Formats: sequence, C-alpha cells, structure tokens
Amino acid sequence: MATRIVMSKLSPTMEEGRILQWLKKEGDPVESGEVVLEVETDKANMEVEAMGSGVLKRILVPEDATVPTGTLLGVVAAEDEDISAILAEAEAVATGISVGRADAKPGTVPPSGAIPGVAAAPHPATPLEPAAVPPPHDGGRIKASPLARRMAEERGIALRLVRGTGPAGRIIKRDIEAAATTGTPAFGEVGTELGPEPPYERVELSQLRKAIARNLVQSLGPVPHFFLTAEIDMGRVLELRAELNKSLQDTGLKIGVNEILLKTAAQALLEHPDMNVAFAGDHIRRFTRVDIGIAVAIDDGLITPVLRDVAAKGLRQISVESRELIARAREKKLAPEEYQGATFTISNLGMYDIDEFTAVINPPAATILAVGATQEKPVVVNGTIEIRSRMRVTLSCDHRAVDGAMGAEFLATLKRMLENPLRLVL
Amino acid sequence: MNAEGIKDSYDLVVLGAGPGGYVAAIRAAQLGLDVACVESESREGGLGGVCLNWGCIPAKALLESASLARRIKDEAADFGVRVRGYELDIAAAVSRSRQISDRLTKGIKYLFDKNGVMPIFGRGRLAGGIQVEVDLKAGGKAVISAKNIIIATGSRPKTFPGFEFDRERVISSREALELTKLPERIVIVGAGSTGMEFADVFNAFGAKVTVVEMLPHILPNEDEEIAGVVSRSFKKRGVTVKKDTAVETLEKLKTQLNVTVQGPSGAETLECDLLLMAVGRKPNVEDIGLESAGVELDDHGWIRVDKYNRTTADGIYAVGDVAGPPMLAHKGSHEGFVAAEHIAGIATHPVARDNIPSCTYCHPEVASVGRTERQAREDGHDVKVGKFPLSANGRALTAGAPDGMIKIVADAKYGEVLGVHMVGHNVTELIAEAGLGRALETTIEELASTVHAHPTLAESVMEAALAALGRPIHI
Repeated sequence: MATRIVMSKLSPTMEEGRILQWLKKEGDPVESGEVVLEVETDKANMEVEAMGSGVLKRILVPEDATVPTGTLLGVVAAEDEDISAILAEAEAVATGISVGRADAKPGTVPPSGAIPGVAAAPHPATPLEPAAVPPPHDGGRIKASPLARRMAEERGIALRLVRGTGPAGRIIKRDIEAAATTGTPAFGEVGTELGPEPPYERVELSQLRKAIARNLVQSLGPVPHFFLTAEIDMGRVLELRAELNKSLQDTGLKIGVNEILLKTAAQALLEHPDMNVAFAGDHIRRFTRVDIGIAVAIDDGLITPVLRDVAAKGLRQISVESRELIARAREKKLAPEEYQGATFTISNLGMYDIDEFTAVINPPAATILAVGATQEKPVVVNGTIEIRSRMRVTLSCDHRAVDGAMGAEFLATLKRMLENPLRLVL
Repeated sequence: MNAEGIKDSYDLVVLGAGPGGYVAAIRAAQLGLDVACVESESREGGLGGVCLNWGCIPAKALLESASLARRIKDEAADFGVRVRGYELDIAAAVSRSRQISDRLTKGIKYLFDKNGVMPIFGRGRLAGGIQVEVDLKAGGKAVISAKNIIIATGSRPKTFPGFEFDRERVISSREALELTKLPERIVIVGAGSTGMEFADVFNAFGAKVTVVEMLPHILPNEDEEIAGVVSRSFKKRGVTVKKDTAVETLEKLKTQLNVTVQGPSGAETLECDLLLMAVGRKPNVEDIGLESAGVELDDHGWIRVDKYNRTTADGIYAVGDVAGPPMLAHKGSHEGFVAAEHIAGIATHPVARDNIPSCTYCHPEVASVGRTERQAREDGHDVKVGKFPLSANGRALTAGAPDGMIKIVADAKYGEVLGVHMVGHNVTELIAEAGLGRALETTIEELASTVHAHPTLAESVMEAALAALGRPIHI
C-alpha cells in the first residue's frame, strides 16, 4: 500500500519546515522506518522516516523548499503501484510553497520601484480590475471566496498578493481582514511600496529566526517587563570552584561558575516559590519543580535547553547534564521536550565581557536572569577599598505574575547564597 | 495478541463507536493507521452509539410514522385518498425503528471490516500514559498501548433532582424510543429539539401531550420567529405548551403522576401517566481514567480540547458530545475527521464551529445554521433580513404544506450570509445549501443569482436572498 511522507508537526510551535536534504532518490528502495530526508524545523534539524516499504515513488517537494506542516513531501509505494489519486490530492493542496535559501541572497534591491518578480504588482491602494476577472496568481486562477473578493475590491487589496489560508490555499474573509490590518498583503511578500530607502540585501529568515521573532514579539508586546539589577561579590564562589575542581582533579570532572549559578538559582527559587511561576491568562501556574533553561548561542540564533528538577540535583550531576545538553544544543540535536517548559531561565553573556544587560522573557515563563561578566573592581569594604570579584545580574520579571518586592527579595536571597556558597555543596 | 485477536498495541485506540468515534476510526484506518475501536454496549449493535441506536435514527423513524398518521388523518381525503378503518400501532412503529437501527449498525460493522478497524467489545478506560484497559464483554481484561487515543464516549440524558429516572414512568429519550404502549396523558419537560420531536410523535399517536419549557420560547436555540411558527402549529394540533414555566415537584401515585409547575399564571399541578425528561445531556466522563492520563475537564464538565480536539494530555484527543456542545452527531463526526487527520499528520482544517447546522424533525421541521437575527444584531452587525413564506412556494402547496418560511440574516455591507433559518416541510434537507454557501463564503448575491430548479422548495432560499436584496419576485 502506498504511504505518504508528510511534513509532520515535529514540535508544538512548528508551523512550517524546510527540506534540508533528500537522502533517497526517486526509485530508490525504502524500508519502513528508514530515514528518507532531513527537515529543518523552527528549533532543530530532524530526520523523517518512511512509514511503509517500497520504492520512493515520487518526491513532491524539492530541497530548500519551505512548506507548511501537513504538506505531502513524497510517496512510498510498490514499484508498479498507481499513486495518481494521492498525487491529485497533493496537487489540490499544493499552494504557497516558497523556495529560498535561509542565508543571505546575493544581489541588491534597488531603492525604489522595480523589485524583481513583483514589479508588476499593483499598488494596493489603487482600484483593481473588476473582481469578475480574477488577476493572475502565479499564472493560475486565484481561489477566493465571493465574500473575500467583494471585501478586497472595496478595500483596494490585490488578491494576488494575499496568502490564502482556507482549504487548498483559498483566500477567505479572514485573509482579507489580516491583509487590511497588517498593511502587508501577504506573509513575507514585498508588495507595498516602501518609499525612498537605502539599498539593502534581503536575508531570508531561517525557521529558527522566524520562531525567535514570533516568540519575542509575543513577549515584549503583551508581557509587561520590569528589571532589577544587583551586584554580587563572587570571591567566595571562585574560591569554592577552585577547591572543588582541585578535589575533582582525578575524576576529569569540572565545575564552572555556570553550574554554581544554576544550583544557587534553584535553591533560591525553592525559598521563593512565587517566583517559579508562569502567567496563564486567567491564572498563575506556580510550578512545583524547578526546571531551568540555559540560553545557548548557536550559529543562527539561540536555544534554551532545559535542565529539569535542578533543585534535586547535586553540583556534579548538574555539571554533567548541563554540559551534555549545551553540547547537543550547539549541534541542533535537541528534542522538543528538551528545550521547552523552563520555569526559570539563565542567560549568561559574561564570556563576552558584558558588564550587565537585560534579557527578554521567553514565554510562558515569568522570569529570566541576565548574567554579566565577573570583574575585579575596587569596592568599599568596612571603610577600606578592596579589589573584589564582582558580577552584575539583572532579573527580568513579568509584572503580571511577579511584583517588584518579590523579585527584590528573591534577588537578595540569590546574592546572599552566592556570597556564602558553602551550603550549596550540601 | 490474545484469544479475541486483540493486539497489544495499536497506532490509535478509539473509545466509543458512536458517530464521533466510528468516523474517526475509519478515517484513521484509511490514512494507514492500525486502529482499534472500543465499544461498551454489550451487543454488536452497540456500534453507532446513541445516534444509531437510541437517538437520531430511531427517533426519525418514529417521526415518519407520526407524519404518515397525521397525513392520513388530516390530509389524505383532501388529496383524494379516503382511508377508512386505519389503526395506529406504536409497537409496530417502534419495531420498524429498531429494524432500521439494526441495519445501520450492521453497516458500521461492515465498514470496520472493510477498512480494517478492530472492534473491541467491552468497557474501556485510560490506564495512565497512552494506554487503554478494557474489561472485555467476552470476559477477562485487555491492556492495549497506543500511539494515540481518541475519547468519544458520548453523553447521556440528564434530569433534575426529584425527577430521577425510574425508566418506567419517569423516562428519558432512550426509553421513549422503546414504548410499546402509549399512555393517555404525557408531560414532556423541555421544549428543545428532543422534547418537541417526542411531543410530535406522542400527539400523532393519540396521547394528550403537555410540554413544559422554562424559557420564554420553545426551541430556545432557534430564531424566535421560526419557533413561533412551530408553536402555532403545535397549538392547532392540540399540544399544550407551557412556556416560562418551571417544574417544581413530582408526586408518584399508584394511578398517576402529579407534576407541580410554576408558570406566569402561578402554580398548578399537571396530572399524567408518563413523564419524559428532555432537559439536556451530560458527558460520559466518569470511570474512564481521565485523571490517570492527565485529561482535564473544562468548567462545565466537558473534556477540554483545542481546535484540533487535542486534550490536555499528550497524544490523547476527544471528539463529539464528551468534548462539549453542540451535542450533534454531525459535529462529532467532523471532529472525528479532524482528530484522525491531525494524528496521521496530514493537513486538516478545524471544525468551523460557527457553521454547524441544527435540525429538529418535528412537523413542521426546523433547520438553521449560523447566527439568529437577534444574535447578529447583538454581534453589532448592520443586519439585512430576507424572508420568504412557503405559502408562496408552488412545491410547498402541492405537498399540502404551506406553513413555514425561509429567513436569511445577512450583513448589510457585503451581503455576508450570517445565518439561515428555516421552518416547514422537508427544510432539514434544504439547510445544506445554506451550510455550503456559508462555508464557501457566498454572499446573498450568489444565493440570489444561482439558478434554482422549478418547482422546488429550494427556490424559497433563492427568493429569501432576493428579498434580502430588496427585490423578491414572488411576494
């Protein structure tokens, strides 16, 4: 029996994916469960397996193309099997496939006027041809509902620039409403006149970049942030680290400041459970476990692997597990459940010699801790100036769930713990 | 694999073989999944759920009997057909309805076989994670693991405290479908579609029927004007309808039931021999292991689902009545499609919840889709209404059914069809045009300019659209 290879939803946030590579050619024999292609999702590169055996009868979506989840990518069937029904079905659905590389495209777009491929697009504000004569849409007829046509006509929106979200890409009422409110006729399309503008290079968004944009707009938009900064004396943490590492010399294990921060934050959250929360519309979720996300920079963005139940783990285990997670994050090999659902996040830019910074909350969590570099600086201690190792941290809080005093108390606890770190090793 | 041929694991296990569950099972099997469907009704005929066995289908069979009876009694002579010495036999009508149910449930068994869906008869429940445990009817227990589960356990009639079902004199729709004898006086509580349909049947078979409705109009979900037409028709036929009236107490005597009600004219006692409670349904969510699997309920007690019918537990879906109103077979079936397709990973569109038609098969029939005139105005629309009475439709007159109308509620600006409401002969067959039109986002212009065959009842839809545009021809 013929089986379909489909762009599956590989993570809860995934809406589309890019074909990285077909590992089989048309006509190649395929076993059920065998990997046939690689796909780039919004968070990771994933392998897609065949659900049945036979030959790879047809490849429907080429490498580098980006398609919505649910799109038929290929068909596996017996060599002599008739798959025309499946292909007809796919054809009916196939619209809106965009082919483009995720890196910078050479070629400069002129300041105004002729943008290749869309130069002929009418200005949305000018009246259009009567709706009875549909304008060409990639050379074919535009599928649009009568209501959508009437609305577009009256509002002066060019149907060919609107991306349809109805069955089989049909343009329906909500698409016109969306086009009218966003002012951009279609997702990612250049259709509106941008006016005089310096020359630029168009850089396509990678799936990851799109996901970051979506999530962070979601954050800074509806999430009212406030920020609390504290400077912490790290002298004793550094001493503790040195001693721990000396004693661990024969094991090959190393404890870093990051791991001590993870452990301390988890301990502090246990003392302040109201900080281990998420704002969930009509209620606040107070998490009963501390799962800390660790912001990791990767090639074209960032990802936040989550270390689970940190409070229950010792420094040794935290070190082993977090290093392993971070290594796999850099290789883009995390499973969705490994980078989702942090109850607290730490973003450390100390290695870039940043004094201090503010971080944007990654919803649904309510907090994120931005950690700067530990620096030697003069500090007044008991009336005399001493050189101390100091680190500045800034806590971003979602004000819907957390108030200033709560955040300040948490930060005070964190500071006290880091300045008296011996208890952590217990 | 055990003795019954039940395997240890499936791609998908569906709990319940009603119109939500069996459709989901068949669709998933068509998409290449290995599917089992668990049904708790003891007999093989349990396939098809309430719809086929204790709801839509047998009820419609009885309503056809009622319609025929009424036509013979009131209309046949006018049509030139004089019938003498006919008798009404509710037991025969019920027996006919059971045969139709049996035939359809066998059809589902055939479809399961054809598509390779494994039916499992027994009481299934979630057993933590994505696992189902079944107390098999044949004896013993099966534990089945699955990649996905669809809960489609349906709903059952509910009643008021003090009016508990005794299944003999205080009954639900289920018992009403198996009455072999009709008592003289029947009180029906609830004038929704179930209450009005049974009022129609009992009235046609000669019982004295009183319907009690708490709200100010019958068929409370329908457009008021439409409900008014039904109300007048029932009154003409001798059905007493008490609106704005609440039932208070029930006294069960040996010889009769006394139902005290409180209405606009004060308290009174209704004497009857049979009390049918048609006051709604509640979801079957008890003892199916929802807690163990982390499936949450919403504030009203239905299983909480998203637009693809996913529950709060990974890999577990819920469709049909158990996932919330409207409790209609076709809504459940469509949710079954969506869940199955979502599980199989193919492109699917969530059920358009604002475009689910609703039909009541009493006489005259009622059908509607979309917003009522009142709702559309409350939504803030500048509303245009087009109405066409069936008394001006040729086909309705030839059928001897001039009572009724088609009413289209449109947005004035673009002519968007916000709602279509119908009452009259066979209108349940006409509502599909309105549903399709709305799904395709047609405006009243297209409804008016589409050539409709003559003479048909469907011409009234075109005429109502013309009326909304201010240019009707036949009124």
